[in-house]
Amino acid sequence: MTIGLFIPCYVDQFYPKAAIATLELLEKQGLQVVYPFNQTCCGQPMANSGFAHLTQGCNNLFMQNFKDVDYIVSPSGSCVLHIKDHLHAENAADEPVAHHIRKRIYELTEFLTDILKIENLKARFPYKVGMHQSCHGQRGLKISQMSELVAEPFSKPEKLLRMVEDLELIELSRKDECCGFGGTFCVTEEAISAKMGKDRVKDHLEHGAEFITGADMSCLMHLEGILRRQKSKVQVKHIAEILNSYA
Amino acid sequence: MPKTIAEHPALADKFNQDEERVNWHDQTLWWVRAKRDKAAHTLPEWEELRNLASQIKHNVLANLSEYLIQFEENALKNGIQVHWAADAQEHNAIVKSILQKQGVSQLVKSKSMLTEECHLNEYLQQEGIEVIDTDLGERIVQLAEEPPSHIVLPCIHKKKEEIGELFHLHLGTPAGNADPDFLTAAARLHLREKFLTRKIAITGVNFAIAETGEFVVCTNEGNADMGAHLAEVHIACMGIEKLIPLRRHLGVFLRLLTRSATGQPITTYSSHFKKPRPGQEMHIVLVDNGRSRQLGRKDFRNSLKCIRCGACMNTCPVYRRSGGHSYHNAIAGPIGSILAPNLNMKDYADLPFASTLCGSCTNVCPVKIDIHDQLYKWRQVLVQEGYAPAAKKAAMQGMAFTFSHPAFYRMAGKTGKWFMKTTPFVINNNLNPWFKQRDMPEPPKESFHDWYKKNRQQNGHA
Amino acid sequence: MVMHSREKILDAVKRNQPENTSLPAIPFFEQPFTDLAQKFSEVVQAIGGEVHPVSSYAQINTILKEEFGNKTIFTSAKELTELVDTGITYANAHAFADLELAVVEAHLAVAENGAVWVTEDLLQERALPFIAQHLALIIHPENIVPTMHDAYAKIGTLDYGFATFIAGPSKTADIEQSLVLGAHGPKSLLVFLLTK
Repeated sequence: MTIGLFIPCYVDQFYPKAAIATLELLEKQGLQVVYPFNQTCCGQPMANSGFAHLTQGCNNLFMQNFKDVDYIVSPSGSCVLHIKDHLHAENAADEPVAHHIRKRIYELTEFLTDILKIENLKARFPYKVGMHQSCHGQRGLKISQMSELVAEPFSKPEKLLRMVEDLELIELSRKDECCGFGGTFCVTEEAISAKMGKDRVKDHLEHGAEFITGADMSCLMHLEGILRRQKSKVQVKHIAEILNSYA
Repeated sequence: MPKTIAEHPALADKFNQDEERVNWHDQTLWWVRAKRDKAAHTLPEWEELRNLASQIKHNVLANLSEYLIQFEENALKNGIQVHWAADAQEHNAIVKSILQKQGVSQLVKSKSMLTEECHLNEYLQQEGIEVIDTDLGERIVQLAEEPPSHIVLPCIHKKKEEIGELFHLHLGTPAGNADPDFLTAAARLHLREKFLTRKIAITGVNFAIAETGEFVVCTNEGNADMGAHLAEVHIACMGIEKLIPLRRHLGVFLRLLTRSATGQPITTYSSHFKKPRPGQEMHIVLVDNGRSRQLGRKDFRNSLKCIRCGACMNTCPVYRRSGGHSYHNAIAGPIGSILAPNLNMKDYADLPFASTLCGSCTNVCPVKIDIHDQLYKWRQVLVQEGYAPAAKKAAMQGMAFTFSHPAFYRMAGKTGKWFMKTTPFVINNNLNPWFKQRDMPEPPKESFHDWYKKNRQQNGHA
Repeated sequence: MVMHSREKILDAVKRNQPENTSLPAIPFFEQPFTDLAQKFSEVVQAIGGEVHPVSSYAQINTILKEEFGNKTIFTSAKELTELVDTGITYANAHAFADLELAVVEAHLAVAENGAVWVTEDLLQERALPFIAQHLALIIHPENIVPTMHDAYAKIGTLDYGFATFIAGPSKTADIEQSLVLGAHGPKSLLVFLLTK
């Protein structure tokens, strides 16, 4: 089984540690992981801004990069959702490739939970951690149950975090409120975006978080921006880094 | 080239100048959302009810012309006069003609978002006709000369002290009294006099039933009933999408509506108007105003399933922090943002972008409208129709080029440099909105790409 | 002109209608409660009403006398009219403007939401249950059904001019979400559960 590692552009550029942790976590499971060098971006920033018609170049590139692997795994729910929902081929002849990719792409925590079905991890992280449920992973990929629905609760990321020794998962007042990043929303609607981010940070701080984690680095980048501006000691850490650490 | 309007961000920014107020607004609406959750969780069949409601509404959309004809036929048999209005203008003209026939220049009106959409109040005022809104929240915003900011909670943006001040000015209550009980009692007296003296009452319609030719109006205050039963003429105004096929379908919708709206098990009054009372005139105005056009938009027709509960507003993290007026449309919030561009793409091109696409709206919607997917789809339509700002278009084209050319991306992107310069959310410049309230991550020594080359070269796929 | 819009709208709607799908059957939903009168009473109280189990109209009259003394009462409930001297003659609903209490007998009630179903023939005047300062409803426990689906199954395609579900006293929360009873309609609701 060959796993294609998909590292979103901004993770590649700003958060290589999250990418390394993802790679190492997968390798620890005895998987063969390849990282196609020609990857850039899934195209979501354009598509969510209304420019989906400009994303065919990204689509073509993505298909070239990942057409030969069995699974594609990525430490970003949002980018995975975009590929799942919107990747399509330029020509009908290539559509089976696009279909294969859409079916075989997984966000890291759902891959560990649903495909590898891992039940334990050798990880230790002796801190109070707040879990930020990123909307696209949660409501799009359904990696955890949504508070709006009358349905059995579950959370794939939390299930993994509970395998980590000495990690204390804190409760939040609003367990799945959006952080306000929203791609280009964060600058086109700066006032609301920043306010949403501040409120999300506040919920974590009020409940004693020492770290804020999540399955989507973009939300964490936004929350980190707020924390740093507030000179807070609280840090953000991608869930892969926690699951891959033995502190 | 069409001009681009970007009003929501500016109006939201203004609303956010007073952070304490934003917190209060957010918490008040979140409390309503929490009540909704609690009410929904008392019914194990909740999700199944949502499915049923959505399916019934789909059948309505698929057979709307037939149901309209059936409804008209039955309503006429019941002695109701039926009018058809192609647009807002015609709706207003029909209402005026009924008033003129009666020789009446004063009326009471219970809450009707359709008449807000048609700007009936302004129209009638210009014609010298006095309209008194009788829903307490609507009366408050009417006194303040503002539109409602929420379809169910019209004055949710107002603090009680401001309402006390309005009542002091207009109703003569003592200055400084902001007690909700006291103010409601004052409004009761003030409006009772109107109910007893006005000869014409306008109401909205929550559901109209094809099978029986009757319509249902839901209120907690009893204002629609007070108006309609004491007036000589009752005019009910409704969008054509308010039809449901059978009376027993009310069982599904009435179970969902108020639990979704306020968390109550049902509104205090769910009144079924089937025939005028002896000596009374009853009119129904069936209004299209763009609905048949929206019906033809495959991606957006589901928006016509809306039963106006307001749950999507209460749950929307953007609505809660930007206030209803920032949507500059009769219907605010997520549902308003997918209805408005159908009415006028140019004026409402900003609204589908006033969302993070978090999807909470879709999950609370009692008729399962795919609201956030429609927001995404409207963005594509609006850009294709030329309503994107030129600068944004240029940035997107630059991004598309870079991301399609890995070599260029590598060169440009030496550990964050390209991002810092080009990506809209991280332009490294203090004029960039990102930096107003946030810091950027520190660019690392090397990108993952470079790290990988060094450490795992053997696995790399060039 | 009116006909013109009618045809125009119907034509546009017909042209734009999606492909047909059939109406779903509404299944039976088992409720977590079995004692309908108890559930109904709990909900009525939760939404601001007051419930009195009684065994005769005379007992209702006694309670009304205790609570309303000599204030004006009007009832449309036949079996109560002999007991309650209304002293009201009326030409139209406006005559009820100063009515303190209206007493109405109801057809059926719904346990899940405390709603009580009243049709025009039981009201004499449509405005009656809205215009009075206070309202009392009489319901027989055997006429309580579990849910709204059951209520509409009983109502069927019954003909009426006007009918309404009443759940609790008139209320508003328009001022800062503070709940206030007695917006425009009755400030209080008494429900008599009459077992014979």
